[in-house]
Amino acid sequence: MNPNAPRTIQLFVTCLIETLRPEAGMAVVRVLESLGIRVEFPRAQTCCGQPAFNAGAWDDARAMGRHTLDVLAQSDAPIVVPSGSCGDMLVHHYPELFAADPKYGPLAEQIAARTYEFSQFLVEVLGVKNLKARCAGRLAYHPSCHLSRGMGISAPPRELLSNLQDGELVEIPGANECCGFGGLFAIKMGEISSAMLARKLDAIESAKVETVVGCDVSCLLHLSGGLHRRGSKIETKHLAEILDSYVPTNI
Amino acid sequence: MSQQTSNVTFHERVEDALRDQILHVALERTTERFQRLRVTGMGSLPNADAVRDRVRLIRAHTLSRLDAYLEQFAANVERAGGHVHFAADANALNRIVADIARTHDVKSVVKGKSMISEEAELNHALEAQGVRVVETDLGEYIIQLAGERPSHILAPAIHKTKEQVGQLFHEKLGVPVYTEPAEMTAAARAILRFEFLNADMGVSGVNFGVAATGTICLVENEGNGRLTTTAPRVHVALMGLERIVPTLDDLSVMLQVLARSATGQKSAVYTNLITGPRRNGEGDGPDELHIILLDNGRSRVLGTEFAEILYCIRCGACLNACPVYREIGGHAYGSVYPGPVGAVLTPALGGIAPWSDLPQASSLCGMCREACPARIDIPRMLLLERDAATRAGQMPWWLRFGLHAYSVAATRPALFGLAAWGARVGTRILGASNQGWIRALPPPLNAWTQSRDFPAFANESFRAQWEKYQGENQEQKRK
Repeated sequence: MNPNAPRTIQLFVTCLIETLRPEAGMAVVRVLESLGIRVEFPRAQTCCGQPAFNAGAWDDARAMGRHTLDVLAQSDAPIVVPSGSCGDMLVHHYPELFAADPKYGPLAEQIAARTYEFSQFLVEVLGVKNLKARCAGRLAYHPSCHLSRGMGISAPPRELLSNLQDGELVEIPGANECCGFGGLFAIKMGEISSAMLARKLDAIESAKVETVVGCDVSCLLHLSGGLHRRGSKIETKHLAEILDSYVPTNI
Repeated sequence: MSQQTSNVTFHERVEDALRDQILHVALERTTERFQRLRVTGMGSLPNADAVRDRVRLIRAHTLSRLDAYLEQFAANVERAGGHVHFAADANALNRIVADIARTHDVKSVVKGKSMISEEAELNHALEAQGVRVVETDLGEYIIQLAGERPSHILAPAIHKTKEQVGQLFHEKLGVPVYTEPAEMTAAARAILRFEFLNADMGVSGVNFGVAATGTICLVENEGNGRLTTTAPRVHVALMGLERIVPTLDDLSVMLQVLARSATGQKSAVYTNLITGPRRNGEGDGPDELHIILLDNGRSRVLGTEFAEILYCIRCGACLNACPVYREIGGHAYGSVYPGPVGAVLTPALGGIAPWSDLPQASSLCGMCREACPARIDIPRMLLLERDAATRAGQMPWWLRFGLHAYSVAATRPALFGLAAWGARVGTRILGASNQGWIRALPPPLNAWTQSRDFPAFANESFRAQWEKYQGENQEQKRK
C-alpha cells in the first residue's frame, strides 16, 4: 500500500446508495476501514444534482451543486464516491456548471481535484490491487458508461476483480455498451431504454453468470429491475460488496 | 431544416421503429459490422490518437478563420476555371441549381451522394421544373426507387434488408427476384451506365474543399461519383461551407481517418480530386464546374457553443456506435441528419423548438465521443441542447416541477430526509405484495415499470446504518 496515501477520506455516498442500496455504502466503509483509512461521513450531504443536470434543469442542478460543494468543503480530506456517474458529475461537470461563478467556480475545481471514484481510490491512490476477497461462482463486470468513458476508469475495477481468490470472472458480450438507464432517459424515453435493457439482459444471460458486478448502483438498479422482471436469479452487486468479503491480514 | 413527418410525434416514430422487426434485422446486420470494421480500421492506423488530435486541431483552426479560407478557396476555384456560388439557405441553393440547369437546357441529371442535396430537398426542386433526376449511389438509388429518405448519412438504405431490396428491384425494374447483393448491383449498374452517358448534368456532394488549391475532394466506393463528375457536360458540386481544409497536407490527414472511421477501409475505393472543369486537351470532364457553398444556419452556429459540431467530417461512426440509433434507426429522428451528430446539428441549425426531443434521445453513454475521429464532445452538446430546451419552455411540466421540488429538498438535508422517508413508506407499500419489488408505478413513472421492476427503498437508510455502526464502534472502544 502506498505509504503516502491519505489516511482520512470523506465519503460521498450518493443518494441512490443512501436510499436503495445502503449495504453497498456500508461495504465501502468496511473495506476502507480495513485498510486503515478513517472514513468521515458529512451528514448534510444529499444529492449531487446530476439528475437535474442531465435533464437540462441547470438552475436546479446548480442549487444542488452549491449545497454539495459547501458540504464537502468543510473538510480537507479527499472525497471518495462509490459511483462513476456521480464521480463524473463532481469531477467534470461541476467545474463546467460553475465556470462563470466567482465563488463556486474555484471551489468546484478544488473539490474536483480531490475527488476519486471508489475503485480508482483503491488502485490508483492507495495502490491496493489485491484484496484477497472471495466470491463463489461465475461473475461478470459491467463497466458503467460514466465510469469508463466519462471518468476514463476502466482498469481498476477489473484489476480488483481479477485478483479474487475464487470465482470465475467472465466477459459479457458487448460489455462496454450502455444498459439503457441514463437517469431520467429511462422515464422520458422508456421504450428506447427498455429495448437497450433487453439487449443487455440477453447478453448477461448468455454469459451464464451468477453475479453482475458494477461500480454504479444506478446501472445495477436498472439491471436488477430488469432481471427481476424476467424472473432471473442473477444477482447484481456493487464492487464494494464483493471486496467486503476480504479478511484483513498483514499489509 | 425541414421536418420530414411533421404531424407524427417523435415518440410515435420511435414506437413504429421499435415494432419494425425487419428494420431491427437490417440495423443489426449493419451497425455492428460497421462498428467492428471501424475499430479494426482505426487500429491499423499508426498513432491513431495523435492523428485524431491533428484532425481536431485542423478542423478547429479552419473554422476559426473560415471566412479567409473560404475567400481563398473561391479565388482558387475561379482561377482553375470553376464557378463558386454562395447559398444562404436551402431555397437559394435550389434556385441556383435550377438556374444552371435552365441555362444549359438540362433535361436529365445524374446525382452522386450528397447530404446537402437532402438538406435542401433539391430533387423536388429540380423535378418541379421538369428535370429528370436519377440517384446513382446504390443506396440512394434504392431509396429513390422506394420513394423513401436516407436513414444514415453514409449508408442511406441501411434500414432495408437485402431481401427487401430484391423485392423492390423486381417490382420497379422488372428483373427477377434476386437474392444476392451482387446480382442486384449488376442490375442497377446496367441501368445506371445508360443514365450516366445520357445525362446533361451531374450533381455531386463534396467531402472537402482545399483552400490552397481550389480542389474539391470526393470520396466514394462505387465509381458513380467519378462518372457523375466527369461524364455530363455540367458538374454541380454541393458543399456545406464548413467543409474546408487549408491545404492538401491537411486533406491527407482527414483522409487517413475518414474511410477508416466510416467503413474500416484504409482508403475508399475512389478518392477523386477535382480542380476546375476539363481543360484544353483533356479527354474527360465537364465543360463547366459550379461549386455551391451552403450556409443554411452554419455561419450562425460558428459563434456559439455548438460550433464544435461543425468539426464533423460525416463519417457516420457515431451513428454506428450509438445504442439508440441501433434500436430506432435514422427515420425515427425525423431529421435529415440522424443519430448523435444529427441530434446536435439539427437543433443547432434549425432551432431547438421543433427539435427538442432529439437531444433527449440519448443515455449520454459517450460511445459517440469515443468513436468520433475529430473527438467531438457530442454528449456535452446534447446536455447544452437540453438546457436550451428547458430555457425555451420545452420541458414537460411534471418533470420541471418534479426536478425543482427535488432540488428544494436536496438543498435542505432535513427535508431531504423527510422526503426519503416518505418515499420509503410509499415504495414499501407498493412493493409489499411482491417481496419488495414494485411491478407498476403510476404515470409518468410507469415508463420504468413497462419493462423492469422497481425496488422498494431500503428499510434502513445508509445514514441510519452508519449511525448505528458508529454507535457500536464507540461502545466497543469504551469496553
